[in-house]
Amino acid sequence: MKALAASAASIPITLFGLVLVTFFIGRVMPIDPVIAIVGDRAPQDVVEQTRAALGLDQPLYVQFVTYVGQLLRGDLGRSVMTSNTVGQDILTFFPATFELATTAIVLAALIGIPLGVLAAVKQGSLVDQAVRVFSLIGHSLPIFVLALLSLLVFYARLGIAPGPGRQGIVYQDMVDIRTGVLTLDAALAGDWGAFWDAVAHLAQPACVLAFFSLAYIARMTRAFMLNELRSEYVITARAKGLSSTRIIWRHAFGNVAVPMVTILALTYAGLLEGAVLTETIFAWPGLGQYLTVSLLNADMNAVLGATLVVGLIYVALNLLADTLYRLLDPRVR
Amino acid sequence: MSATFSRDWLLSDTPSSRRQAVWGQRYQAWLAFRRNPLAMGGLIVAVAMLLLSLAAPLLATHDPSVQNLGNRLAPPSAEHWFGTDELGRDVYSRILYGGRITLGMVVAVVLLVAPLGLIVGCVAGYAGGFLDRILMRVTDVFLAFPRLILALAFVAAMRPGVESAVFAIALTAWPPYARLARAETLTIRNADYVAAVRLTGASAARIVLRHVTPMCIPSLIVRVTLDMSSIILTAAGLGFLGLGAQPPLPEWGTMIATARRFILDQWWVPVIPGIAIFVASLSFNLLGDGLRDVLDPKQR
Amino acid sequence: MLNRRLLLAASAAAPLAPALAQTPPGVIVMAKQIDDIITLDPGECFEFTGSEICGNVYQKLVTTPNSNPSQLVGELAESWEAGAGGKTFTFRLKQGAKFSSGNPVTAEDAAWSLQRAVILNKSPAFIINQFGFTKDNVAQRIRATDPRTLVMETAEQTSLPFLLYCLSAVVGSVVEKAAALPKAQGDDLGNAWLKQNSAGSGPFMLRAWRASDSVTLEANPNATDKPATRRIIMRHTADPSAQLLGLQRGDADIARNLSDDIIKQVIAEGKFGVHKQRKAALLYLALNQKNPNLARPEVKQAIKLAIDYEGIARNITPNTWAVHQAFLPEGLPGALTEKPFSRKIDEARKLMADAGLADGFEMSFDYASTWPVSDIAQAVQANLADLKIRLRMQPGESRAVITKVRARQHDMSVSRWGSDYLDPHSNAETFSINIDNADDARNRTTAWRSSWLIPELSARVMEALRESDPEKRAQMYIDIQREHQRTSPFVIMLQEIEVWTSRPGVTGIDTGPMNDRNRWKSLAKA
Repeated sequence: MKALAASAASIPITLFGLVLVTFFIGRVMPIDPVIAIVGDRAPQDVVEQTRAALGLDQPLYVQFVTYVGQLLRGDLGRSVMTSNTVGQDILTFFPATFELATTAIVLAALIGIPLGVLAAVKQGSLVDQAVRVFSLIGHSLPIFVLALLSLLVFYARLGIAPGPGRQGIVYQDMVDIRTGVLTLDAALAGDWGAFWDAVAHLAQPACVLAFFSLAYIARMTRAFMLNELRSEYVITARAKGLSSTRIIWRHAFGNVAVPMVTILALTYAGLLEGAVLTETIFAWPGLGQYLTVSLLNADMNAVLGATLVVGLIYVALNLLADTLYRLLDPRVR
Repeated sequence: MSATFSRDWLLSDTPSSRRQAVWGQRYQAWLAFRRNPLAMGGLIVAVAMLLLSLAAPLLATHDPSVQNLGNRLAPPSAEHWFGTDELGRDVYSRILYGGRITLGMVVAVVLLVAPLGLIVGCVAGYAGGFLDRILMRVTDVFLAFPRLILALAFVAAMRPGVESAVFAIALTAWPPYARLARAETLTIRNADYVAAVRLTGASAARIVLRHVTPMCIPSLIVRVTLDMSSIILTAAGLGFLGLGAQPPLPEWGTMIATARRFILDQWWVPVIPGIAIFVASLSFNLLGDGLRDVLDPKQR
Repeated sequence: MLNRRLLLAASAAAPLAPALAQTPPGVIVMAKQIDDIITLDPGECFEFTGSEICGNVYQKLVTTPNSNPSQLVGELAESWEAGAGGKTFTFRLKQGAKFSSGNPVTAEDAAWSLQRAVILNKSPAFIINQFGFTKDNVAQRIRATDPRTLVMETAEQTSLPFLLYCLSAVVGSVVEKAAALPKAQGDDLGNAWLKQNSAGSGPFMLRAWRASDSVTLEANPNATDKPATRRIIMRHTADPSAQLLGLQRGDADIARNLSDDIIKQVIAEGKFGVHKQRKAALLYLALNQKNPNLARPEVKQAIKLAIDYEGIARNITPNTWAVHQAFLPEGLPGALTEKPFSRKIDEARKLMADAGLADGFEMSFDYASTWPVSDIAQAVQANLADLKIRLRMQPGESRAVITKVRARQHDMSVSRWGSDYLDPHSNAETFSINIDNADDARNRTTAWRSSWLIPELSARVMEALRESDPEKRAQMYIDIQREHQRTSPFVIMLQEIEVWTSRPGVTGIDTGPMNDRNRWKSLAKA
């Protein structure tokens, strides 16, 4: 518990470092943020007025102190690109990423864990090798190539999947936004047409992301399972004549479940990153796309805000993994 | 000396020298590794790709940068084995030369990252206390960034190009190495033999360099090999977003990015570099996987 | 057991793809890159997509028909006249125009909209400000004298067509004062509200804009010209291939950013309609005169003679950029369509030798790393290599290139210039006016950015601006452009062509040289 408290206490320091690094990266960009705001054609006096109004003519450390001050008051500033506050933007864009990443992790776990168990049980067999190759392929394909090919095959050639985007045109702006998670919103509204449409749009990018993260999950499951299967109690159980299905799922897997939660939490954090490229290709209006576009537009408030949120989620998931591990695993306790 | 490297000498149960014992261990590992066909396949392909890129000037059929606007997007033929790209350049030759850039970037990143991570981790682990906390906090900050996003931000801040991409990837890749080395060091630092060395009056620097870091190397090698594929993918991802190596350089990810718009009709132009990336990345993954089985029995 | 569950999950996923054969009736869907939009307030909007939307949501006092882009016609104004001395202008508004709220369009709305643009002083404000308006004097100088009469006083004598062309830009749009002003936050005059809402009299009204996702517009029930389609949706689709897929699969009716090779394919297949429009936009090389090599007249001309214009246009951009070599693009009044330059490498080498640079030199080359600029830049690199000019390629994000060029730190750069308004002065000013070459100069035109000091040419451009006889004026611009081709450090290479690709049955595509002249009013599908 003490170790846990210590790692929780270190979060503010980590976050401060995050802000510091991102802030200075933002300020040395070769793009003049004022040009990004007022455009290339604005007369010089407008450029200078804007520069002064944004405090960009101040020394760097003053700008940093001002920014951190605003941050502590919960003010992430305003995005140039959307003209909303960055806070509002994140509330709009994050649910899309959340929906995508969560679906992907569920899919990856549903496929990856059984595959890992299977590989462990049949260690060294052809099945084991096949699982290894299958999952390594998922991990070796550049995710943007996979996404492009998947669009080409399932959308363009076969026509069994809907195209890029989150919704079909028929349902555009038809569902009231409550949670921002479109499938949930449609279900809450009882609009089942919109619901299935959202699910169909979600399926393809989620599968691409899931295939990508499956390898690690399957691999770790296999390693943990092998450990368990070799342990004494499994051997004893076998000797007692318990059915092997029962041994595998009841006993061995029960113990593996704990470290697997940790692995899933970490993989989930990694998905936020895979989402950057996937969202770009599937025109998925999530945080990854928001970040990339604002970066390319030198929209520094947006970049800082979004990076901070992603970093926060990263740290939180790490802490969560740590906590779960400590709480659930009797050996650590 | 070569005469002594006989099979029997290597497999001897009673090594007569430290050297023989070490080589014997290595040979055993190699035998175990060789029994794994997937890993061997990975090794062969990875080595072949490295050799092909090194021999690019000998093997290329065309100058990779000569344009022929009249012969754009030609399909594979006897003249152009992999066809031509959007400026009429020979794709086969560009893939060969591109290997130098893509694999070169990977090697550069590894050369930057592994020693840095190793030193930071070992120093933190060995010294402990305040220095450990500072170093690990810095590591945490960099770990808290999603890798691609930090790399994106860095490259955007510098200027898109090979050097910035290498630097940015290196910057995001070292923390896990530091973590790993620190964990290893923590287990080693109280080992008897380290205590013995300390008693002989060796300096802390010498202990870390001569006795702690070598013990971390096997797990580091596994990590590096497995990481190579993710470095390739990150470099390609940067190239794909227009922030990696820049045209006309034939880096594989950049080639996909510039040829992406031909995916529907002249699919071979983006797909061939895609295959190159995939093959390189898969071979490193298979290799790393096999190495892990051999060198890092804890993980299996 | 698990495998069975997996199979079940897989079979459940299959019927989840309700493949849409067609977009819904009464709705037109455009697949387009819309991540350039940063605002839809016509007093602030200056981006391509935003201008097009504003052009269909708002009306101006005057406009130009796409059948003849240099002809000025009334949109909200029915007549206008210049007073004696050329400093006072009176506009008479048409009867019967209504905002989407149903309220009539009044001269007070028009006056307030123009005042508002001046007071907000956003990027496009200079188009109106160049007539001497400031936030302190604009309330007196632009005013409504009765519900249908607007009076405008300029600071100096002004030629009427110049004023009218400027007022026909997006920044001259008329916004309903009673709708926008009550929504003001602080002193923003409704700026924040207008980014997501509209208060115009155009054929459409804004329903929703989600950045980098979609814009939805609905027919304005009170519009004078009722649109043929009830709803228009622009969907952000970054990837040109995905745009084509959308078209093929029936998820989109019109694709707006197909790449050249895809267009070629589409034309060959003949399944979709292809509509082309020359835009008032140029692609040019700028040679910074701070570089002593580039300041040599022979070198400037040698570079102009080394570029393979035809080869680039024919092979890289056959459908999206055409060869054009003068600073006024086709479609603008005073355009010069002569093409004096083609690849004459021997002549170019001789010029280099005359300059004592037969062995060439090395310099940096900045360009945006987007298509087609990056491909063109590589072709230029290969062309100039024949003069032994070695280019250090410096690709960057387009705004990074702009930042560098604005700071005059480039040697050579390739840039795109789109006219700000339809009058020839927009381009003439930027390419041919630079009377103060100091680093802290106020007017940082394209000529200034390349450090090209030209007091005489600048004077001739100002003279052309004041000329009131249209024919004489056009001739003056022709002469200036010929001089420009002989001496300028700009290698004007290409003019942009916009291509709309549409599904069969889509009719009424009406486009113009400026983005706000792309009119959706008659857009319909069978």
